[in-house]
Amino acid sequence: MIVMTELVSAKNLAVGYMSRTQWSHADFQLSQGEFAAVIGPNGSGKSTLLKALTGQVEIIEGELLIDGLGIGEGRRMIGYVPQRRNLDEDTVITSREFALLPHRARRLINNSKAERLESERLVDEALDSLGIGDLANRSISTLSGGQLQRVYIAQALSQRPELLLLDEPLSNLDIRASAQLAKSVSELVRGRGVGVMLVAHDLNPLLPYLDKVLFVANGRVVCGYPDEVLTSERLTDLFELPVEVVRDSSGRIAIMGDFSEAHHD
Amino acid sequence: MISNPLLLSVNSGTSFSINIIYDLVVMLRYPFMRNAFIAGSAVAILAGVVGYFIVSRRSSFAAHALSHVGFAGAAGAVVVGLTPLEGLLGFTTVGAVVMGALGKRGELRDSQIGIVLSFMLGLGVLFISLYQGYASEAYSILFGQILGISNASVIFTVVSAVVLLIVMRIALNVLLFASFDEEVANSQGVPTRLISYAFLIVVAITVAVAVQIIGVLLIFSLLVTPAAAAIRVSGRPRVAIVASVVIALLITWVGLFIGFYQPYPVSFFITALGFVVYLATRVKPLTAQLSRAI
Repeated sequence: MIVMTELVSAKNLAVGYMSRTQWSHADFQLSQGEFAAVIGPNGSGKSTLLKALTGQVEIIEGELLIDGLGIGEGRRMIGYVPQRRNLDEDTVITSREFALLPHRARRLINNSKAERLESERLVDEALDSLGIGDLANRSISTLSGGQLQRVYIAQALSQRPELLLLDEPLSNLDIRASAQLAKSVSELVRGRGVGVMLVAHDLNPLLPYLDKVLFVANGRVVCGYPDEVLTSERLTDLFELPVEVVRDSSGRIAIMGDFSEAHHD
Repeated sequence: MISNPLLLSVNSGTSFSINIIYDLVVMLRYPFMRNAFIAGSAVAILAGVVGYFIVSRRSSFAAHALSHVGFAGAAGAVVVGLTPLEGLLGFTTVGAVVMGALGKRGELRDSQIGIVLSFMLGLGVLFISLYQGYASEAYSILFGQILGISNASVIFTVVSAVVLLIVMRIALNVLLFASFDEEVANSQGVPTRLISYAFLIVVAITVAVAVQIIGVLLIFSLLVTPAAAAIRVSGRPRVAIVASVVIALLITWVGLFIGFYQPYPVSFFITALGFVVYLATRVKPLTAQLSRAI
């Protein structure tokens, strides 16, 4: 059984770029082995949340800890999968070599043979665990969107992170591929006890697996269990805007509301 | 005997024999051919390595623009009484810094590069018109002067290549990470912006060194073509870099060899051979076989 400890802790957090606040007054926690979705309208600051955890945006106010450590030390525990640019035919590197890049970059001159072998073992294991071991020697520019996302996640996982941050891995995937990837990520969370924060536009492929939801909108972040947060009353109350959460007969969710109004800091 | 005052081609008065070793010995009796082989080899190795990153980082157009910046610098240097090499180095290095500052994360838009490129070409034309000397200076900048390279230039070329190759070797792992996966590298504390600047300066010096050999207009043949062909052969960066160097060396050596026995410009043979190799790597069955072999 996995012991649940507080992996991410944010208290009264405000972040932004060049001292311009993107969102503030955020309080949220994520425990080891928990799977959280980060959702919200375009431009609300979902990716900013992940970048705050990787130290790429300024913390203007409040506290953000990873396993009790500040970002500088804590980010070593993170496996980060950002939204990546489109690949062209000149991006010729095999999946295995791509996943090995961060391992090799740890040393300026070549790592020792033992380190190299260990890195290769971890990468091969991660590729296999995501079901893409047979793609190890294929160039990433020839892979489908779903396969490519699995390579990116394998790269992050091979570094044995405590916390996995995935920025819109389901975008550009069809319904089937989204569902398969969500299931794979969920299995990894349960199997390895890794905490996951996954930014998504569509919550539905993730719903069966989620422990928590972070809803980012209008300069605020709301965190809680899906059934608790994703109700019309709660979101209307939290954002002081008319928000409607609609569920169909199969449990699929749609969140409707006008979040375009500029927030005030 | 050298027949062409611009030193673009050679008429050695000899012809191919069946014995290639003998042909090589005959050719290397000439000091200017020895210089051409030494400097050409140094530039080919450097261009093969740096070119791999130029292609992988999609900076081919930026490298091309830097060569045109170098043209303006070389032409301007001649006007004020400096050597073309001093002008090349000065302008390409400053050009690299400006490009790094203009471009977000060291990546420039094609339109920005094109604007700088055309302005620099125009500036070069102005400098050439102001220069009262021989037009051969302009030709040697535009098309290279591999057969007329001096002993001092050979030493400079070799030393520059060795220093830059050492720098590239030290930075190899981090540069690969930053080139293929900039965002993740950045999130792990790799100074990707600084690396972009540093790499542009390495490209600038490489361009300055290579322009002496192959010229502004044909620089792609050593700086981009071998690397573009090599990435079709292997998706393993280290293997592709070695392949890029091998291709660059081969086309330079064979180009010089043929150029010695034929009355046509060596630059033409180097560019033509590079083009043929690139076309060959576009033939999928051949590439697939090579990939399996290595």
